[in-house]
Amino acid sequence: MHEMGIANSILEAVRTEAQRFPHGHICKVGVRIGELAGVDPDSMSFCFGALVCDSDLAPLAIEIEYCARRHRCRACQTIFPAPMEGARCPACGGTDSEFAAGDELELSYLEVEDGTSAAGA
Amino acid sequence: MERVPLERKVLNENGRIAEELRARFAEHGVLCLNLISSPGSGKTTLLERTLESFAPGECVAVLTGDIQTDNDAQRLSRFGFPVKQITTGGTCHLDARMIEKALADWRLEDIDLLIIENVGNLVCPSSYDLGEAAKIVVLSVTEGEEKPLKYPSIFFKSELMILNKTDLLPYVPFQIALAEENARRVHAGIEIVRTSCLNREGLTDWLAWLSRKRAAARKPAASAAF
Repeated sequence: MHEMGIANSILEAVRTEAQRFPHGHICKVGVRIGELAGVDPDSMSFCFGALVCDSDLAPLAIEIEYCARRHRCRACQTIFPAPMEGARCPACGGTDSEFAAGDELELSYLEVEDGTSAAGA
Repeated sequence: MERVPLERKVLNENGRIAEELRARFAEHGVLCLNLISSPGSGKTTLLERTLESFAPGECVAVLTGDIQTDNDAQRLSRFGFPVKQITTGGTCHLDARMIEKALADWRLEDIDLLIIENVGNLVCPSSYDLGEAAKIVVLSVTEGEEKPLKYPSIFFKSELMILNKTDLLPYVPFQIALAEENARRVHAGIEIVRTSCLNREGLTDWLAWLSRKRAAARKPAASAAF
């Protein structure tokens, strides 16, 4: 499976972003995985833990937000969870909708501990 | 503790290389297709039937990915078109950097159609953009009708589904209409062709699809200079 490669790409991305916080320690990264991304969250989490423990970024936690497929109703613009094409809009009952989200594979946030204030505390 | 919001793709480096490749393909009028399926669904045989249909001198090239061996490249190179094997050595998918590297000593000016045969795997290749114009998923009738529901990512991202090995339909309990319905439940706009590489049923439909895509990708003639 490719989750090890994806986990490694997350670490590389965190490393790049870390340059913006030279005095801080990144303690957590938020990752959004859509159900259509083709990535298994449990396997991803396992691989991330295995890679991070011996790395320069340890300790670093991961929070995975698993995102369902969502559609936008063409009639009333409501965005709603749509497991399949043709799902019924909960607001107006229409079945004409377009894909809106659900293939995410992205970093959503970093939690940074400020080294200067931690030292002064 | 401070929470800093980010909007950054995990695979942005792969995405960057894929976009560069896509721009180069567009510049040279290359139609690039990314062929994906589980192992053994008939990608290489389909490519054999495809390559043998082309006249010598057609500007067609193939990159074929496998974890081990150059078996597929050997099978495909006998048709006289440029074929290169990418051996991933354990990696279960191709990524954009592998494609960039494999193309380094090919002149894109000499290629109109580039077909990438991905590593046999219905999951991992779906995450990696290779700069292709379209992904094509091959599903064979021995695999089960529920595959589009079990592996929605690749069926969602593919423009075309090739339902292959239809010659075996009399021998397997495969409901072809249900498989097609399942694919459309995941991706309403997916195009579908049914093929058999043994009795050649449907190959003309596949070649017609290919020919339409090639015509659309052709570099527009340079406009007259003022």
